[in-house]
Amino acid sequence: MLYIKCPHCGLRSQNEFAYGGDATIKRPNLNQEISNTEWDNFVYLRKSPRGRHLEFWHHISGCRQWIKVDRDTATHEIFNTYKANEEV
Amino acid sequence: MSQNYRLENIGLINRKKKISFKFNKKKYYGYEGDTIASALIANGVHLVGRSFKYHRPRGFFGAGVDEPYAIVQLYRNNETDPNVRATEQELFEGLEAKSVNCWPNVNFDIGAINNFLRMFFPAGFYYKTFMWPRSFWYKIYEPIIRKAAGFGKASIKHDKERYEHKYEYCDILVTGSGPSGLASAYAAAKNGAKVILAEEKPRFGGSLLTSDVNIGNQSGHEWADKIISELKTMPNVIVKNRSQVFGYYDHNMLVMSERVSDHLPKTEKYIPKQRLWYIRAKEVVISSGSIERPLVFGNNDTPGVMLSSAAKEYMKIYGVLVGKKPLIFTNNDSGYETAIEFKKNGIDSIILDSRKNPKSDIITEVQNLNIQIKYSHVVVAAKGYKKVSSADIAEISEDKKNLGKIENISCDCICVSGFWTPTIHLASQSGSKTSFKKEIDAFVPSNSKQNETTVGSANGIFSLNETINNAFENGHSLSKKITNKDNKVSIPTVVEKKTSSHDKFWCVPLPKGKNYKRFLDFQNDVAVSDIELALREGFRSIEHVKRYTTLGMATDQGKTSNLNGLQLVSEVENKVVPQVGHTTFRPPYTPVSIGAIVGREIGKHSKPTRKSPIHDWHEKNNAVFVDAGVWLRPRYYKQGNESLFEASKREAKNVRQNVGLCDVTTLGKIDVKGPDSAEFLNRVYTNAWLKLPIGKARYGVMLREDGIVMDDGTTTRISENHYHMTTTTAQAANVLSHLEYYLQIVWPELNVNVVSSTEQWAGAAIAGPKSRNLLEKLFPDKNVSNEGLPFMGYTEGNFFGCNARIFRISFSGELAYEINVESNNGYFMWEKIMEVGKEFNIQPYGTEALSTLRIEMGHVAGSELDGRTIPFDNSLEGLVSKKKDFIGKRSLEKSAYTAPNRQKLVGVVPLDKKTSIPEGSYLVKDANAKLPNPKLGHVSASCWSVEYDNPFSLAILKDGKNMIGKKLFALSPLRNKKIPVEIVSSHYVDPDGKRVRS
Repeated sequence: MLYIKCPHCGLRSQNEFAYGGDATIKRPNLNQEISNTEWDNFVYLRKSPRGRHLEFWHHISGCRQWIKVDRDTATHEIFNTYKANEEV
Repeated sequence: MSQNYRLENIGLINRKKKISFKFNKKKYYGYEGDTIASALIANGVHLVGRSFKYHRPRGFFGAGVDEPYAIVQLYRNNETDPNVRATEQELFEGLEAKSVNCWPNVNFDIGAINNFLRMFFPAGFYYKTFMWPRSFWYKIYEPIIRKAAGFGKASIKHDKERYEHKYEYCDILVTGSGPSGLASAYAAAKNGAKVILAEEKPRFGGSLLTSDVNIGNQSGHEWADKIISELKTMPNVIVKNRSQVFGYYDHNMLVMSERVSDHLPKTEKYIPKQRLWYIRAKEVVISSGSIERPLVFGNNDTPGVMLSSAAKEYMKIYGVLVGKKPLIFTNNDSGYETAIEFKKNGIDSIILDSRKNPKSDIITEVQNLNIQIKYSHVVVAAKGYKKVSSADIAEISEDKKNLGKIENISCDCICVSGFWTPTIHLASQSGSKTSFKKEIDAFVPSNSKQNETTVGSANGIFSLNETINNAFENGHSLSKKITNKDNKVSIPTVVEKKTSSHDKFWCVPLPKGKNYKRFLDFQNDVAVSDIELALREGFRSIEHVKRYTTLGMATDQGKTSNLNGLQLVSEVENKVVPQVGHTTFRPPYTPVSIGAIVGREIGKHSKPTRKSPIHDWHEKNNAVFVDAGVWLRPRYYKQGNESLFEASKREAKNVRQNVGLCDVTTLGKIDVKGPDSAEFLNRVYTNAWLKLPIGKARYGVMLREDGIVMDDGTTTRISENHYHMTTTTAQAANVLSHLEYYLQIVWPELNVNVVSSTEQWAGAAIAGPKSRNLLEKLFPDKNVSNEGLPFMGYTEGNFFGCNARIFRISFSGELAYEINVESNNGYFMWEKIMEVGKEFNIQPYGTEALSTLRIEMGHVAGSELDGRTIPFDNSLEGLVSKKKDFIGKRSLEKSAYTAPNRQKLVGVVPLDKKTSIPEGSYLVKDANAKLPNPKLGHVSASCWSVEYDNPFSLAILKDGKNMIGKKLFALSPLRNKKIPVEIVSSHYVDPDGKRVRS
């Protein structure tokens, strides 16, 4: 079980969190003209790297903040965690 | 039966307490502190089971977790546990155990015929033989193999025992209480660290309990006792026996199973049978020790052949002799220690040492005791079937290839020692690399991946002096890192006998003309010849060899066999062991019961049960409940002998005619607050929200980014910057996460806060033509006329002294209101409404009537918003704004979503107006068409229309808008039904929505 450092609460066990997927995806702006391909890429295409990956986790049984976790998907090493609005 | 093999003045058992137990229905006696194994051996019983493949007789091989043979079926407290190691299970009064894998009994086992047919059972036998003919597999081969295979039988009854989970945090977890564990734990605890010391056995001390050493001017055993009693008094230390740390997981999370009550006749009330500990440790000290390796020779699986360390343990801990004419076969000094212990108890043994001329303190001591030693001698084969009766021995050449003249000597047990294998399982599970240490012919942990340090013999250090010094230092330095303290304890002086190095020899060659089975894996019956065959057949990777031959794959996971298997592969392949490598060590180290893994989360505790504050009223009034997510909701209120169908019809009818009352507390409620709330709702919902006035509610639909409907509900503007959002019961949690995602990540610039208020409000829906009359009586001071409180209006009122929110919203399609009061007033509100409503013939209604009402009105719910439909499919396209952007809007442009024949919500009525259409039925054009019959749509929800008194269903149908009036068939292959139906509008009742506005 992972030990995730919530930037708001400190180290907490994985079972307090929900996985939230790729954190490198940016939602297109509202009312933006956008091609089908670009939109589809945003909705459906996700990287699934073996190795370092920036991902969202939701501290769902804690402070309810979405956070960013810089994690190695193969070794489960967590390099750093960030608040949702922090640029990485 | 008398305990003929029990010694008088030795052992740690409690001789004051005699315990009776049964093995294979026969009664025996032992003492408190015995294991099944030690008590049976004391009674001279050595035949405990039959082997897995050949059904050869099986005895005892070890004295602990490494035991490959002695697994029994245990009976306790009217329950049974399979595959219990007799060497671990402590005796309790009335214990019953039986042999496994034998029929009709262990003495006469029919399956033993496999032993004589063994030339037909080589490695991979099953893979090769049962390939053909293919059709035989399921019906003939598999059932027979399944019956013949396996050890114990799992109980099919519900396990009534209690299992618990516990979370613990510590600075340093020490796994094992041998010399290295004790020293590390003591040094760390004295330096202020929070320490957990785990010992898998009932007694603390590990090898100190059986070895002849001196620490700090006392015996090793005394020293261990002293350290343990001091640790137990320290507030920063948790000391646990009968506790196996079996798994090392990510981020220094280790899991330990504590056998709390397994050694007792039955579990006391509120005490668990076993407890699973999840331990998050800052540092882990692995002091798991080492396991003696067997030597491999002919028929080395005969009962009576056992590890020399086990023989010593049976004497020193249990006061039990494993034999009275022991033969000791060793390639190192450990066998000599066992010989000395035998001698102390008046038994003369013969030592066969494969080494030519070893010299050490212990050997000199043995020589001085006049114990017979034969150097350069080996056991060629054990003789005897159900118990060793003699051994063929021979001199062996220096290159270990040739045997001299074979001689038979009489003996009743053969104690073997092939040196020691460090227990590196935990270190390896943590992800650490291992390296092969040539001096000890075994793998030891090398680079630590997580925060773990291996000490003592688990790290290949076999000198006690070095172990103690090293463990004290590690305990100190690791704790210093955490506590920043520097309290050092003095390291005691150690007196131990010097040993000589071991012989790299491990497998006795076969004598000419003999074809003895030489076993490597005793539990899975894997012999030297099986590995050789696998290699001849081209298996190279050790992982493949393992799976093909099943080496190390039994319940003991090859604790005694793995290394010898590697040595053999490397020998045949002409490689060195590190080139062959080892198979992956995976948790659990020892078997863990399913009950312990599941813990308390079984039956109704597998998920939380949420109840509305009005629950007790429902219960008192004969409500039949249904699971709605984690909530319990009344499905219907039973009157007399009513069926579900009758009751729901009565309740629904009463709503259409008079007034009904429904508990809607379970609906998800989210408070949305902040100056940008309207803008936020405008982006979240498909329809427009910027102009919703205060005191008004609006129905809204929200999508996922892929255009699929996520949820629906009404949101009410309570004040300028305060909205009250409702969600469906099932989606409440997901919607909140969804909103938080957009507020925190996508649009952090919006000044909005959301919080769940589901449990803050109790809700009651009053629905039916008389609901306004009732409301007037409930709120006499308020103007609740159609003008005062119009459809989708909102107001606040005083409900007999309670604050109340009144919404004019309707799910039933009738004139309806929803009253919310603070949760703790919910029960009061409900009773009051029932009391006041009496004159209007009010009746409570459950979810079944609620469904009926919404289905015949054509209102969509979860069965239509099933994660596969877009707004158009649900006839909600009128709520999709063309002017503004919102979540998922761009996806609605997809060609599939705009196709002219896109699926759409319709109503379905059976032509005979009698036959109910099962939910999930397929709609097809031709009921008798060839399969696969093209599916046009599916029935999502069905009810008995109380308005028209005939069945009515909703369906999502391809090209639904052009299908009204068409005749189709509803097929339910599951219920074998073909129902001719007509497609009608989904708005079956009051299509213009006059009632809700009346």
